[in-house]
Amino acid sequence: MEHIKTIETRNLCDSAKNGGCGECQTSCQSACKTSCGIANQKCESTKESK
Amino acid sequence: MIHQYKLGSYNIVLDVCSGAVHAVDEVAYEIIALFENHSRETVVERVGQMFAGREDITAEDINECYEQVRSLKDAGKLFAPDTFEPMAGKLKEKTAGVVKALCLHVAHTCNLNCSYCFASQGKYHGDRAVMSFEVGKQALDFLVANSGSRKNLEVDFFGGEPLMNFQVVKDLVAYARSIEKQHNKNFRFTLTTNGVLVDDDVIEFANRECSNVVLSLDGRKEIHDRYRVDYAGKGSWDKIVPKFQKFVEARQGKEYYMRGTFTHANPDFLKDIQQMLDLGFTELSMEPVVSAPGDPGALTEEDLPIVLNQYEKLAELMLQRRKEGRPFTFYHYMIDLTGGPCIYKRISGCGSGTEYMAVTPWGDLYPCHQFVGEEAFKLGNIWEGVTNPNVQAQFAACNVYAHPECRDCWARLYCSGGCAANAYHSTGSVTGVYEYGCKLFRKRMECAIMVAVDKALGE
Repeated sequence: MEHIKTIETRNLCDSAKNGGCGECQTSCQSACKTSCGIANQKCESTKESK
Repeated sequence: MIHQYKLGSYNIVLDVCSGAVHAVDEVAYEIIALFENHSRETVVERVGQMFAGREDITAEDINECYEQVRSLKDAGKLFAPDTFEPMAGKLKEKTAGVVKALCLHVAHTCNLNCSYCFASQGKYHGDRAVMSFEVGKQALDFLVANSGSRKNLEVDFFGGEPLMNFQVVKDLVAYARSIEKQHNKNFRFTLTTNGVLVDDDVIEFANRECSNVVLSLDGRKEIHDRYRVDYAGKGSWDKIVPKFQKFVEARQGKEYYMRGTFTHANPDFLKDIQQMLDLGFTELSMEPVVSAPGDPGALTEEDLPIVLNQYEKLAELMLQRRKEGRPFTFYHYMIDLTGGPCIYKRISGCGSGTEYMAVTPWGDLYPCHQFVGEEAFKLGNIWEGVTNPNVQAQFAACNVYAHPECRDCWARLYCSGGCAANAYHSTGSVTGVYEYGCKLFRKRMECAIMVAVDKALGE
């Protein structure tokens, strides 16, 4: 019996390997301007293995 | 660290450090809650007692489920340790001195007189002013010169009301386009407007040049017109709504947000979201007001449970409309579980004062738009660059681990330590924590993850 369904997600531990490129959007530059959320941003790394 | 919660029809377990998200049944939910602090025998016994009256849950089920939990732990998808702290300052160190985004305050003046405006009706507690082309051009040159190898450069035309200085906006975009190729840059422009001056010319320009437009609308007419009034005290809803509808229709799918503010007057803001939907808008953002405690519009402790409930109801509405084939977007529930930001971004803080700065109409630099007017936070200017390194150092040191309160918070990799301005205004320190905002943020992330789980399982 399947008790757990694991949703496909980006593995954050693996994402540490390439060091971060900084190309992604600045946190506050979109719709909010009054709080900080980064979860809704896209990764803009052009490396094949992000 | 894990975070587990029940929302909608789901039992959700978030493994904070790996980012893994699991939708689990009730047995797994209870096993996971006990797993780290008890022996296998104790876990199996206690969970067996919890479901003693249930014929459909056998001891075999519980043992089998225990094994599934253990496998996920072995695979690093449950109870993953936080090993990220040594990396906390790395991205900022690596990119020290690089600026990639500017908030250009092209107009410290406004044609509306909204008493809840954090920018004091666009004046930022100073004199009315508009940015000249020469200052704006120097700001763009400053950005290009300091952007290092960064290709995408973001410029937000902000105010006050930026369309009160529209010609300069147009001229600055033309200038930026004329230099971007030679510098191997790509400018992304955004415009934040109250709509009063939107016309065909603005629409055509924005749809050609702006990757995103943020359109201020608070929802219901009576709510919107309570604060968003002109200098004669007349509400602006009737004037701007048709303009926004035309604007959005003409965007033909290009990004936009209807951005509302909710206050003590409308903690039941879902009605305002509904109003926006009824008007045909589908890309929505609704932000809690930022105001001093004691301000009549400030959200209160009594408002908090109402607001939290509204966030849950909003998530339910999103699921319902998605099923009906009428989906909409809520900015804070957009969460990209597979393609979202890397861990460096998640722990580095928002970037204010380092990679992101605000420029006043006369060319001074501040860490972000919310610090403009706070003289102690002036970073420098667009001609000399950063002349107050002590201020910049405060912001460079701002990361998720700089906030002691964040260490035990499951949402820390989704807010990156939160908004420095909110922290400063509520605690006096940019490394403080605006706890009220945190409560709202955590609820929003629970809802966002639930909406994402529903979508993933539905597919």
